[in-house]
Amino acid sequence: MAVLVDKDTKLVVSGITGREGTFHAMNNKRYGTQVVAGVTPGKGGQDVEGVPVFDTFHEAVDKTGANTAMVFVPPRFAADSILEAQDAGIALVIAITEGIPAHDELRVYNHLKNTGTRLVGPNCPGILSPGKANVGIIPASFFKEGNVGVVSRSGTLTYQIGNTLAQQGFGNSSIVGIGGDPVPGSSFVDVIELFEADPETELIVMAGEIGGDAEERAAEYIKANVSKPVVAYIAGFTAPPGKTMGHAGAIVSGSKGTAAAKAETLEANGVRVGRTPTQVAEIAMEILGA
Amino acid sequence: MDLLEYQGKQLFARHGIPVPEGQPARTVDEAVAAAKEIGFPCAVKAQVKIGGRGKAGGIKIANNEDEAREHANAILGMDIKGFTVHELWIEGASQIEAEYYTSIVFDRGAKAPLFMLSTKGGMDIEEVAESDPKAIASLHVDPLIGFQDFHGRRLAFEAGVDADLVRPIGAFLHKLYATFVAEEATLVEVNPLIVTPERDVKALDAKVTLDDSALFRHPDNAQLRDPSAEDPQEQMAKERGLTYVKLDGDIGILGNGAGLVMSTLDVVAQFGGKPANFLYAGGGSKAEAITSAVEVILSNESVKAVLFNIFGGITRCDEVANGLVEAFNQINPQVPFVVRLDGTNDVEGRKILAEASLPNVHTASTMDEAAQKVVELAKGGSA
Repeated sequence: MAVLVDKDTKLVVSGITGREGTFHAMNNKRYGTQVVAGVTPGKGGQDVEGVPVFDTFHEAVDKTGANTAMVFVPPRFAADSILEAQDAGIALVIAITEGIPAHDELRVYNHLKNTGTRLVGPNCPGILSPGKANVGIIPASFFKEGNVGVVSRSGTLTYQIGNTLAQQGFGNSSIVGIGGDPVPGSSFVDVIELFEADPETELIVMAGEIGGDAEERAAEYIKANVSKPVVAYIAGFTAPPGKTMGHAGAIVSGSKGTAAAKAETLEANGVRVGRTPTQVAEIAMEILGA
Repeated sequence: MDLLEYQGKQLFARHGIPVPEGQPARTVDEAVAAAKEIGFPCAVKAQVKIGGRGKAGGIKIANNEDEAREHANAILGMDIKGFTVHELWIEGASQIEAEYYTSIVFDRGAKAPLFMLSTKGGMDIEEVAESDPKAIASLHVDPLIGFQDFHGRRLAFEAGVDADLVRPIGAFLHKLYATFVAEEATLVEVNPLIVTPERDVKALDAKVTLDDSALFRHPDNAQLRDPSAEDPQEQMAKERGLTYVKLDGDIGILGNGAGLVMSTLDVVAQFGGKPANFLYAGGGSKAEAITSAVEVILSNESVKAVLFNIFGGITRCDEVANGLVEAFNQINPQVPFVVRLDGTNDVEGRKILAEASLPNVHTASTMDEAAQKVVELAKGGSA
């Protein structure tokens, strides 16, 4: 078992004909993901290394039965592409694109929540279920199958923590990047709920960062609803207040949203917090045994 | 991007929000000429992107030409909480009967705009929220439906606005929401929103933050950026498409991805080091971005050692390595580097570095080891 992507995933990639889109779609395909289609308006009828390209999502879904979309187009086209995927009946949209305007994200989120479509991202590295499927840009060779579910706001931090865990011998059920934007399609709570229900996952690791209150919300949710152990990491203990730390969502303003406040709330709700990625792996070892 | 007060007011005026007449001025003479045209009494207001201007002496009323000159002279060049005043805004003095507060912010938790209104304006709204939370009326607006008249009525009645002002305040809030959406702001705040003796409502201040990611749709707004107001290194980084925040330590940091860099700062601090900056090269960094990043990091003279912490996903380690080699060819850095490369194409990347055998470049195989090494090197030790 795994969450969100697995052997049944049939992926359609929006932006497959771009340089990065091709590189990562083909990486995903080589990993074993069923990459069934690409969408690039005006390039319908072509193919990218054997993957057929369509002009519209609707056609791609009709012809290939795609059930999951990866959005890789530039920011100004990304919201439109996500909405098109939803309109075509795609159940899961994974948006990698960084720099989507905030008001676009707001409209997309509020529309999608009234439909059956789940959005992961934007500005995220995607989802990897080791041994089953990789959708996105996570360097899969570092990870193997196992019982630790990882959910993270930051791409590169996901790799760092996953890698630290791997060095201690842990594998992963799934690794889910939810993205660093102010309006993420899926939250920690949404993904933790999936891990709680996933029989393969025995430990959940969440990697947060400064800004917003997503970690605090997760803390309350975990206390009330989660029976599996959860270990957290928060980046940005040394971030100065008032400065945006790269991610649009990562800014410390006032006392709320600081790494210290988040760690405190998590710990008060029974979630152990590692101060470095290495500490996270040490806590995981204590809980699961090496 | 934060706007100056007058830039915000000009934006408001374009959307039909009433604001006092005024003119910007960059010199004392310009300020006096503006004051004469606007008429006395007028307000001479420092234009800086920080609150508390009034208390700091950055806002003065001039009753005649001499006073206008005197105030302009005093305020231009003044330092307000670390911000130097380069510009003034001269506007007709307003008669004030009441001061309200209103704002629209992005509420990430609710994933909807949060609209607030209070009749206790003019002061620090965080203090009001603390001491008298009931004095602030608030609601979320569904972005798919937009602002409706009932939103305005609810806010006005719940905030305790006088009956005769419910309609004009509602109309004001409606225009403010239209501005928020049309200009793709992430914050608009009016404090104070004033009521005049004639019972008109006006925005006496304007605080606007625009979404940088949406500026491509707003070329006029994109021009409002004032490079002179920014830190020179941060400006240089921005011009090269890098995200850089200057810090006060001596270890230069580069990573790929915001989260990893934040984490790197924390780990360096844990080993007793002090980072000199936050810098990340965005997803898919090419060699030239790395060269630029090295230049930006080294333009800060406090830097004694540099840490490259790369875990490539979309970023390819071979391109990072090529960029570093290129940077050494072009700049010939005088400080030691510690490089940790993992992720996409890491084997190729390490090979490129090994073959180049750059002077004073150390490698590390984990983030902890890299942080430890760079801290020792910055202290003058050997890794």
